[in-house]
Amino acid sequence: MSTSVEIGNEAALPIAEQFAPARGEGRRPFGWTVGIAYFLLALGGICMVTPFLWMILTSVKPAPELVNFSFFPENPTLQNYANVLNTSSFERWYLNSIFVAAISTACVVFFDTLVGYTLNKFEFPGKNIIFIGMLGTLMIPTEMLIIPWYTMSVNWNWHVGYAQYWGIAFPGVITAAGIFLMRQFFDGVPNELLDAARMDGMNEFGIWWRIAAPLVKPAIAALAIFNFIGNWNAYLWPLILANSREFYTLPVGLSFFRGESTTHWERIMTAASLASIPLLIVFLIFQRQIIKGIALTGLKG
Amino acid sequence: MRLTLHQRQIIWAYTFMSVALVFFVVIRWYPTLLAFNVSFRDWNVFEGSGPWVGFENYQEIWEDTGKPRSSVTAAFSNTVRYVLFGVPSELILALSIALLLAQIRRFSAVFRVAFFAPYVTSAVAVAFVWNWLYQPETGLLNQALDLVGLPSQPFTKSPEQALPSITAVAVWQNIGFAVIIFLAGLQQIPGLYYEAARIDGANSWQLFWRITLPLLNPIIVYLSVLGTISYLRLFALVQNMTPQGRGGPLKSTTTVVLEVYREGFSSYKMGYAGALTVLLFLLILLITIIQLRFISRRVEY
Repeated sequence: MSTSVEIGNEAALPIAEQFAPARGEGRRPFGWTVGIAYFLLALGGICMVTPFLWMILTSVKPAPELVNFSFFPENPTLQNYANVLNTSSFERWYLNSIFVAAISTACVVFFDTLVGYTLNKFEFPGKNIIFIGMLGTLMIPTEMLIIPWYTMSVNWNWHVGYAQYWGIAFPGVITAAGIFLMRQFFDGVPNELLDAARMDGMNEFGIWWRIAAPLVKPAIAALAIFNFIGNWNAYLWPLILANSREFYTLPVGLSFFRGESTTHWERIMTAASLASIPLLIVFLIFQRQIIKGIALTGLKG
Repeated sequence: MRLTLHQRQIIWAYTFMSVALVFFVVIRWYPTLLAFNVSFRDWNVFEGSGPWVGFENYQEIWEDTGKPRSSVTAAFSNTVRYVLFGVPSELILALSIALLLAQIRRFSAVFRVAFFAPYVTSAVAVAFVWNWLYQPETGLLNQALDLVGLPSQPFTKSPEQALPSITAVAVWQNIGFAVIIFLAGLQQIPGLYYEAARIDGANSWQLFWRITLPLLNPIIVYLSVLGTISYLRLFALVQNMTPQGRGGPLKSTTTVVLEVYREGFSSYKMGYAGALTVLLFLLILLITIIQLRFISRRVEY
């Protein structure tokens, strides 16, 4: 994106070479340090993956198999999934989560990009105050705002009926962090390009929509992905706002399985699998972009 | 009347920002002021008002801290302990993993995916999976301890082990983010520095302490500030890993946000909960300022 990042990358050797043994020490193709690195990483990797594996394995075991210890199920079954789906509203919770995450992500992408662009490319009176006013909100933890937000939602009836979707989404439709991220990414868009479009008589909205925004597409994609994941996993606010079962998002619906913890672990693991596997699949498909995006936006922040 | 180019730019800028300005005033700043207001009132969320009681809520919190087995005292001291255990372990482990990942060429992407997967998973699902792993007799961890002849552990069932057990889960869930950021930071360090130091006869240990660590300092500050804030706001894991979501056993795991939720949205003591959120805000502010002052002082390159 910006020139500083590119220069940094050019000067840097491939990472493996920086840590390879120096020439004097001899260059074995597969030194013992690399072997130890693989061993330790594999150990760590097992610690990361086993809980997921155990969740899925438990979910396909019939209840009696939970007490006698065998790692893999002896009689794998999908009965738990049928039971959980029949006795809960998972289908509805999927729709709610998708809907809420989609609304907020669409709004965030549109507004954060537009405002970030404005703060980067325009000169206007009050710019500093607006900038600080938006930046300042980052210091306020959302936990402090939940009582006021709930009061406002009750006041405007956003806590009942279909308005609950908006009630769950509204705190996150514009984000200060996203605005500052986008503002930095628009540094890479040359002003000459925008001026040329102005000369051609394009209006300012068109310049942003057709010329500037497409140039920062990777940043927009990263912003969209993180917002979607963040909203999909959001817990405290949806838990407080949604007051009927049909309007729970996935994490909120899932949390009500807590009551079964003393008896039915196979059901709880089935519910946990149902709630987490879709996003894990999305993550596996887009893992390159997501991890790259995290690194890119994390370093900018 | 013909407007100058600059005047038209000002109009465009304010048009672009109009929705965001309304959002930040109505959904961010007004609720922030309202949060302070709530903390000085006997707030009733359904009426959207309440009588002014001055510092009574704060006084009540102060008096509650003096009571035996007080939830508030437990919440604040636990929250600080989560930060003190969680942030250093997360940063040290993440940096070690990033350094190991930098040594290898093959399967690097596979490991990155494994370390990052918990970060995109809902905290509720993570809480359930780990609760199942931590179970006294049927849990996988105790089965494994049994297999190697070690005594079984109560984990979340004992007041002594519960908090470290939950901290470990939080570290497990968040570590992937820190690993990715550290790895990106390592890649930005120019390989030239290492080559020059090697020519001067520096060993790997010196390279780490004299080059890698000092150059990573901004990233360490960034991650420790973010990490501290996220451990100060711990809620979903604790609520879903403890019986009835109460932060037990014997309040040994409860956090400030959990008490806010319970006081505000179970007992409907909104003013009291509001005062707790203001204290949480002040705690976050204080710790962030201290960290930025003390840790970033060493960056003099």
